[in-house]
Amino acid sequence: MSAALLAIRDLRVTYRTEAGGLHAVDGVNVDLAPGEFLGVVGESGSGKTQLLLAMLGLNAPGARIEGSIRYRGQELVGAGERVLGCLRGARIAMIFQDPMTALNPYLTIGTQLTEGMRHHQGASRAAARRRALELLDAVHIPEPERRFAQHPHELSGGMRQRIVIAMALICEPDILLADEPTTALDVTVQAQILALLRELRARTRAAIVLVTHDLGVIAEVADRVLVMYAGRVVEQAGVQRLFEHASHPYTEGLRRSIVPLAGPLPARLPSIGGNPPNPAELPPGCPFAPRCAYAFDRCGAAPPPLAPVAPGHLRACYYDGPLGRIR
Amino acid sequence: MNAAILPRPARAAGQWRQSWERLCRHRPALVALALLGFVVLLALLVPLVSPYDYATPDWDELYQPPGGGHLLGTDGLGRDLLVRVMWGCRISLLVGIAASLVSVLIGVLWGATAGYAGGTTDSLMMRIVDILYTVPFIPLVIVLTVLFGRSFLLVFVAIGAVSWLDIARIVRGQTLSLKNREFIEAARALGLSNTTMIVRHVVPNLLGVVILFEAFLSFLGLGVHAPLASLGTLISDGANHMKSHPYLLTIPAVFLTLIVCSFSYLGDGLRDALDPREQR
Amino acid sequence: MSTPPADTAAPAPLPAAPALEVSDLSVRFAVPGAKRWLQAVDGVSFSVARGETLGVVGESGSGKSTIARALLRLVSATAGAARFRGADLLALEGPSLRAMREHLQIIFQDPLASLDPRMSVAEIIEEPLREFRPALDRAARRGQVLAMLDRVGLLPAHLNRFPHEFSGGQAQRIGIARALMLQPELLVCDEPISALDVSIKSQIANLLKDLQLAFGLSMLFIAHDLAAVRFSCDRILVLYLGRVMEIASRTALFETPRHPYTQALLQSVPVADPVLARARRAAPLGGEIPSPLAPPSGCVFRTRCPFAGPLCAEEVPRLRPVGASLVACHRAEEFAGLPRNGG
Repeated sequence: MSAALLAIRDLRVTYRTEAGGLHAVDGVNVDLAPGEFLGVVGESGSGKTQLLLAMLGLNAPGARIEGSIRYRGQELVGAGERVLGCLRGARIAMIFQDPMTALNPYLTIGTQLTEGMRHHQGASRAAARRRALELLDAVHIPEPERRFAQHPHELSGGMRQRIVIAMALICEPDILLADEPTTALDVTVQAQILALLRELRARTRAAIVLVTHDLGVIAEVADRVLVMYAGRVVEQAGVQRLFEHASHPYTEGLRRSIVPLAGPLPARLPSIGGNPPNPAELPPGCPFAPRCAYAFDRCGAAPPPLAPVAPGHLRACYYDGPLGRIR
Repeated sequence: MNAAILPRPARAAGQWRQSWERLCRHRPALVALALLGFVVLLALLVPLVSPYDYATPDWDELYQPPGGGHLLGTDGLGRDLLVRVMWGCRISLLVGIAASLVSVLIGVLWGATAGYAGGTTDSLMMRIVDILYTVPFIPLVIVLTVLFGRSFLLVFVAIGAVSWLDIARIVRGQTLSLKNREFIEAARALGLSNTTMIVRHVVPNLLGVVILFEAFLSFLGLGVHAPLASLGTLISDGANHMKSHPYLLTIPAVFLTLIVCSFSYLGDGLRDALDPREQR
Repeated sequence: MSTPPADTAAPAPLPAAPALEVSDLSVRFAVPGAKRWLQAVDGVSFSVARGETLGVVGESGSGKSTIARALLRLVSATAGAARFRGADLLALEGPSLRAMREHLQIIFQDPLASLDPRMSVAEIIEEPLREFRPALDRAARRGQVLAMLDRVGLLPAHLNRFPHEFSGGQAQRIGIARALMLQPELLVCDEPISALDVSIKSQIANLLKDLQLAFGLSMLFIAHDLAAVRFSCDRILVLYLGRVMEIASRTALFETPRHPYTQALLQSVPVADPVLARARRAAPLGGEIPSPLAPPSGCVFRTRCPFAGPLCAEEVPRLRPVGASLVACHRAEEFAGLPRNGG
C-alpha cells in the first residue's frame, strides 16, 4: 500500500468577521493516493474551493489555517512562502475556473507556458519551448507553434482552458488541483476537457483533485468522491458506491434532483427544501439538519462525526434508517 | 413548503435605519460628526454670547496674543479673533454646504442623463462640460463681481457654476457602468419611462460615488468681502503676520483643517453606510 | 400538466392561435473596429402555443439570450416579426409598446443582479403595479404583493429586506414574483436556474411549473442545460450560431434526435451514472464554435459535423419535417433511416 501523497488531518480554515468566526472548512480529513482522481462535490458555502486553496496556501490573507496538510510527509500548514513557492506549479499545480481571467492578457501564450519551467527548473528558453510544444500537443491544440506567439484573447474559451492545463502540467507535478475547470465552458467543450483530463491522468499518473458542483462530472471522471456541506465532509466513498448506495440524505437529495436525459420523467422534481447554508451562521449540530427530511432531535445537538458504513465508505449522519423518502 | 427558510435572523426594517446603524459603527465618521457638531455649535453660539463683534476695532488691544480677555487674541485692528473665526466658520460652512448641494443637484442630473441617454446626446452634453472646464475660476469671479457687485449670492453662483462639472463627469461614468446591469434591463422590461428610470433606479445607486467626490472643499480660500471673513480670508490675512503673530494664522488654519478632515471622514462613513451591500 | 402536441408526420398548426409566433427574426450587431456585422440571430422562426413551454437550447454564441432580449425590445431586431396578441411586437412603439409590456415579462439569469440593490423587496415587487395599475391604492397594492409572495414561497417578513440579504434561489423567487404581478400571457425565462445551486434548481423548476399551471402562462425557456429543459419544456428548439437546427417535441428530441448537433449535445452531457459514463464510447464533438463574425458558408454546423458533405458547404439547409421533428440538415433522413420526401 503506497503512502498517501497528500494527507490532510483536521483541516480548518477560519475567517474572522464582525459576527464571529466563519468556518469555511471545518475539520476535514482525507488522504490522496498517488494517481488517484478525487472528486469534491458541493454547492456554495460548502468550503470546497477553500479546501483546494488551502492545499497551496492560497487562501485570502485573513484566513486562519489550522490542522495538518502533509505532502509526502512535509507539513504545508504554516510553511513559509519559500517552501510553498517551491511546491506551487512544480509539484502541486492548480487550474482555475475561468480561463479568461487565469491568463495574463498582455503576455503571449509562449511566455506564460514556459514561465513555470524556467522559474522552477532553471530551464533554458529552448528547452522550455520544446517541452511547451510537447504539452500543447498533449492537450491537442492544433498548430502549436502558431499559438506560441498569440495572446489569450485570440483563442477560444476551450483552447484557453487547455493552455491553462498545459501550463499546470509543464513541470510534471504529482498533484493537479482543478477548481470547477469546466463550469464556465460550453457543454460540448466540457466533454472535450473532461476526456482530456482522463487521458492526461492515464499518461502522467498525476493525482487529480477536481472540485465541482456537478454530480455528472464526478460520475464521468472521479475514482473517489468527497461530498461537502458547510465546510464539512458529509460523505466519502468510491464513485460507484456513492451513486449506488448514497447513504447521506444530502447526497441522496442531490442525486435524486438530477433530471435523467432518458427514461421516465417525474411530474415534480424531488428537491431539497430550504437554502444553502450561510457559513457565518451555522446552527449547532448537523449543518444539514434544517433541510433534512430525516432529522430528529439528536441532529441538533452536535455535528455527527464521519463514521464508516462500509469499507472505504464514510458518512456523517446520525440517521440509521432507509433513505428514499420522497419530498 | 419549507422552501422559504430565512438564512438570517430578523433585522430591523427600513433602509434609513439600517444606514444609520452602519454609520454608527464607523468610528472615524462618528468622531467627525461629533467634531463638526461641536464646531457648528460654537459657530452658532459664540457670536451670540460674546461681548465682542467681528467688525468693531479696538485700538487699545491690537495684536493681543491668546489669553486674558480675548480667548484667542486679537488681530491688527483689535478685533476679537475668536468671534471672527466663528463667523468665518459660519460663512465657510454655509457657503460650502449650499454650494455643494447646488452643484451636486446639477451635476448628478446632468451626468446621469448624459450617461443614460448615450449616443449624440451624451456626446453633446459632455462636450459642454469640457468647454466649461476651460473657464478659469478666478477671472470668472472677477467678471461676475464687476457685473453684479460683491454679494454672497455671487459666491454660490461662482462655485456652483464650476464644481458641478467634476460631479457630472464622475456620475456619467458611473451611469455608463450601471446602464448595463441587469436590474436596469429588468426595469426597462417593465416599460418605465426614461425619466423614471433615471430618477428611481440610476440616481439612488450613484449616491455613494457622489458623496465620495463631494466638493466640500470648494469653499477653500474663497474671498468674501470685508469685514465679513471666511476662514480662507482669515488664513490669508494671518499668513501676512506669520512671523510676528503666528496665532493669527494657526488658529483659523486649525479650524479649517478640522472642518475639512471631518467632512472627509464623514463622507467615507456615509458612503459605506449608504451602500446596502455592505455586509457588516 | 399540459399534454404535449401529438406527434404527426408534419407538425400541424395547432387549433388555437399560438401565443407567440416569430418569423424570420434576425438580430445583427455592429462590431466597433471591425467593418463586419455580428449576426447574432439569423432567420429564426418558431411559435409558442398557449400554455406551452418552448425550450430554446444552445451554447455560447447561439443567440438564445439575444432572442429573449429582442422579443422584450431590449435590443433592436434587424428583421423579422413576432406576432403577439394580434400585433407585431417588433414594430410597436411608444404607448402601444408600453401597453404590451404588461402581457410579456422576463426573468433573468442572475437573480441578484436583476434586482435593484437599493430597493426593498416590497418596492421591487410593487413597481409593476405602480406603473400599470395606478388606480390601486397602497393597501390594495400591498394585498396583491403579499398574495404573490405567498405563491412564490416567500414570507411577509421578507418585504422590508434588501436583495443582498437573500440567497440566489430566494432572489429568483422575488424576480418571478415581480414578473408575474401583472399576470402576463407570456413569460420569457432567460436561463432562470443556471446560476442557482444544484439543490435549489429543482425547487425553482418545480415552482415555475406550478405557476405556469396556476396562471395559464405560455413560457419561453432559454437554457443551455438539457436536463433542465427536459423537465420544464414541452417542445424544444435547438440553436447553433444564431440558426435553428432542430425543433421537436420533448419525446422526439430526447428519444430520436435528428440533427447531428442535437445528437452531439445529448452525448456531451455528463451522465450521473459512473458505469454508463465510462462505458460510453462516443468521442466528444471535436472543434470549437466558429466565430460569429465569420460563420461558415452553407450549414454553419458543418465545420464540426461528422457527417458533413459537399452540399453542406454550398447550401443553407432549410428547416423541414423529418419524422416528427423539424430539422435543418441536408442529410437528416440518412441517419434516421427515413425515406426522403418532398418535405
